[in-house]
Amino acid sequence: MNIQPISGGFSDAPRQSATAFRSVLEVMSRPGKTAVLSGAKPPAPLSIAAGTAILTLADSNTPVHLAGVFDCDALRQWITFHTGAPLVPADEADLAIGHWHDLEPLDRFRIGSPEYPDRSSTLIVELHDWPQENARLTGPGIKTKTLAFVPGNRPTDFPLGLDLIMTMGERISALPRSTEVEFL
Amino acid sequence: MTAMDAYNFAYLDEDTKRMIRRALLKAVAIPGYQVPFASREMPMPYGWGTGGVQVTAACLTPDDRLKVIDQGADDTTNAVSIRRFFQRTAGVEVTEETEDATIIQTRHRIPEAPLQERQIMVFQVPIPEPLRFLEPRETETRRMHALADYGLMQVKLYEDIARHGRIATAYAYPVRVEGRYVMDPSPIPKFDNPKLDDSPALMLFGAGREQRIYALPPYTRVESLDFDDHPFVASKADHACDICGATESYLDEVITDDQGGRIFVCSDTAFCRSRQEDRQ
Ligand SMILES: [Zn+2]
Repeated sequence: MNIQPISGGFSDAPRQSATAFRSVLEVMSRPGKTAVLSGAKPPAPLSIAAGTAILTLADSNTPVHLAGVFDCDALRQWITFHTGAPLVPADEADLAIGHWHDLEPLDRFRIGSPEYPDRSSTLIVELHDWPQENARLTGPGIKTKTLAFVPGNRPTDFPLGLDLIMTMGERISALPRSTEVEFL
Repeated sequence: MTAMDAYNFAYLDEDTKRMIRRALLKAVAIPGYQVPFASREMPMPYGWGTGGVQVTAACLTPDDRLKVIDQGADDTTNAVSIRRFFQRTAGVEVTEETEDATIIQTRHRIPEAPLQERQIMVFQVPIPEPLRFLEPRETETRRMHALADYGLMQVKLYEDIARHGRIATAYAYPVRVEGRYVMDPSPIPKFDNPKLDDSPALMLFGAGREQRIYALPPYTRVESLDFDDHPFVASKADHACDICGATESYLDEVITDDQGGRIFVCSDTAFCRSRQEDRQ
């Protein structure tokens, strides 16, 4: 039986999570922008960026859903050990992790209520590679317009909706529900 | 052990910072919406901006350079103690120069110097709910925001006009964010309201006692509520600063003696000082 502590967490959680949060805040505030996000060393198939985002945001009050290949023993143990987050079905998740096609259909996730639009899921979408820009973004956080990759249509009925965090390697970008997306 | 190690980084424990950080991300994703959060006891009284302090604590990194202002001044007791608090608990650099700061925590003003993309403004908020003085019940104000039903606010402003010939609100003048949520910009003078619109900087608002966090992402459309026949005017005292001569800055009226003598000076002390230095 393996009773070793599970490696790959932060070595200096207060400072590393502070720096990591600022990267997440920066990309959520400026849709289309990418930033470096690192610090965690999660087991495969989770990227460093996604692992760092989870250590920064998840704890026992943050139900997490693992979709597709991410729903594996190594990741279940790693997330449980480092965050204490309960692992839950899609419709109970505050945070969900997966490839886009495994997260679909997205209407399984909570988009908040008119009184509490914040009671919604944030999806961490792992990308295989950083694809070509395929959409024009406008809205809060964007000076005029910007081009970016958007993995697909997401349910939005502002102020209700899902907020997306895209990750690959040590790269992160975000797409809050407030962003208008026009596919090219 | 150094003084800093006696505390967790930026004072708050990691669970609390994570909770505030999650609220901040929702606030950014839903501009102008007030996200509830579980405010913590801070080693300072509520009137001292515990909401702003908690937001700053959740955002600070060791690389930040913090500026704290109170009514535009860096040297009030309140500003000095908050600045020292974060020097002690987070070991961050501090500055009085707006241009050098990466995070600016403020009570009652937005600096005169143009803000930049790499900066975050953190506002201390006493009463986050702009509809509260019209409707005391939380369930009702929440319903009004849900339905974007802001008729009551329009009626209040119009009553102002009927009574005073103009909208009398001079501070905490309500704004509409991206055509959706009506938001309280904190008790800044309405002179500062235009600086909220299309700002390159991220703006975060924290209310400690009322346990709310809200945000304006950069480049967000922020309109002060008004009427076609009574457009919003960002007014200030019709004077130049008696110290630096600035005509474009927000002024405080200062009584100089008991004979009724008074002068007008920039409320933004760092701005006024840099103009004086430029002239020498
Ligand atoms: Zn002056």
